[in-house]
Amino acid sequence: MNLRSSVDIITEWDIVAARQLGRNEAKDVGFGTVDQARITTAISELARNIYLYAGKGKIEIRQVTEGNLRGLLVIASDKGPGIVDVRKVMEDGYTTSGGLGAGLPGVKRLMDDFKIETVIGEGTTISASKLLR
Amino acid sequence: MNKRIASYIHENIDEILENWRVKMEEEKDDRFFQIMSDKVVDNTVREFGELMISSITEEKATYTAKLNDFSVQIVRYGWSISFVLKALTNFTEVIYEKMDEAEYLDEGFQSHREILTNWITPLNHSIVDAYSVVWEKTVSLQKIALQELSASLIPVFEKISVMPLVGTIDTERAKLIMENLLQGVVKHRAEVVLLDITGVPVVDTMVAHHIIQAADAVRLVGAKCMLVGIRPEIAQTIVTLGINLNDFTTTSTLQKGMEQALAMTNRAIVEVDI
Ligand SMILES: Nc1ncnc2c1ncn2[C@@H]1O[C@H](COP(=O)(O)OP(=O)(O)O)[C@@H](O)[C@H]1O
Ligand SMILES: [Mg+2]
Repeated sequence: MNLRSSVDIITEWDIVAARQLGRNEAKDVGFGTVDQARITTAISELARNIYLYAGKGKIEIRQVTEGNLRGLLVIASDKGPGIVDVRKVMEDGYTTSGGLGAGLPGVKRLMDDFKIETVIGEGTTISASKLLR
Repeated sequence: MNKRIASYIHENIDEILENWRVKMEEEKDDRFFQIMSDKVVDNTVREFGELMISSITEEKATYTAKLNDFSVQIVRYGWSISFVLKALTNFTEVIYEKMDEAEYLDEGFQSHREILTNWITPLNHSIVDAYSVVWEKTVSLQKIALQELSASLIPVFEKISVMPLVGTIDTERAKLIMENLLQGVVKHRAEVVLLDITGVPVVDTMVAHHIIQAADAVRLVGAKCMLVGIRPEIAQTIVTLGINLNDFTTTSTLQKGMEQALAMTNRAIVEVDI
């Protein structure tokens, strides 16, 4: 199965739309309240990073299966400036915007699987997934 | 407007409307004609036809003046904008086809088409304008409604105030929360403020950051800030994000928070026998 849907992130309110989509998909897969909150929050972090650091981009949400487990894959992609030091941004508290710097390391902990692909000057794609156990 | 076309439309209006209606019923994307009762559809079709005729028979000056009224009335039907634009196009198509069929079009038929286009184009523009006015108004009203909904500091007991937060917190609301909080603390001489996040759907790092900043500011004006109404799933997410709320008194419910706030101000609620 590979059901997918996506939200373009252009304004701050698109973050809410992406979150809403994520929550609905998570419910649809059968995730409980705690996992729903985790997934929704992770989407919120990734979408806000797009809005803040890349200006615009896209959140894509796919229902996936791995073995006999169902799950959700979140892909946040943008054509922004890219991330210079991937190791650094994964440190708790590292921020270039006076934020909490807890977003990316937080997303990694909230989800099961986490991957950053980034090219300076070309953009960033972050994929994070969670399986229903 | 060409007198010939106008009188043609006038004489054949029943047939034109019927053809138009059939055409519109074929439109799959709008269910107006499918879900409304025949009576409602009949009335609307007739009204639409009259509106169209009145717009075609008016002199140019009156026509321009009436355009706005026309659009406002169309908007009231509650149709989607693409459906309305389709309705207008179909209406002229039907007229053109019928005139063609009846061999009503003489050698000047090109200009007939032009006349029809000249008639329909301002209608289209006016409709789009009318719709965007309605949308803009709705959006700004909702914005105001949201602002009214957001963030008032309520004095509950002497020295204790509560701010219930309901709904999504964006940058703009976060600012408002901060302002109302600080003004309220001073105005009500609050010593303890309870921020109730029961109604906040998602607490991400941005919301947490704003809450932490608000609490710091409250501390600066000499009061304490408690975070209450933390649902279990929110508590877990905050911990996983690695956000440190150790400087806060936190409770799961407003009720527990209130008891603590009373204790902090050396009071308690006791049951009495009367
Ligand atoms: N999509 C992105 N494009 C470019 N830089 C990014 C992107 N997402 C995150 N960053 C960088 O990573 C840093 C850490 O992000 P994050 O952990 O979410 O914390 P915060 O947003 O609070 O700064 C950001 O300050 C920013 O410099
Ligand atoms: Mg962030």
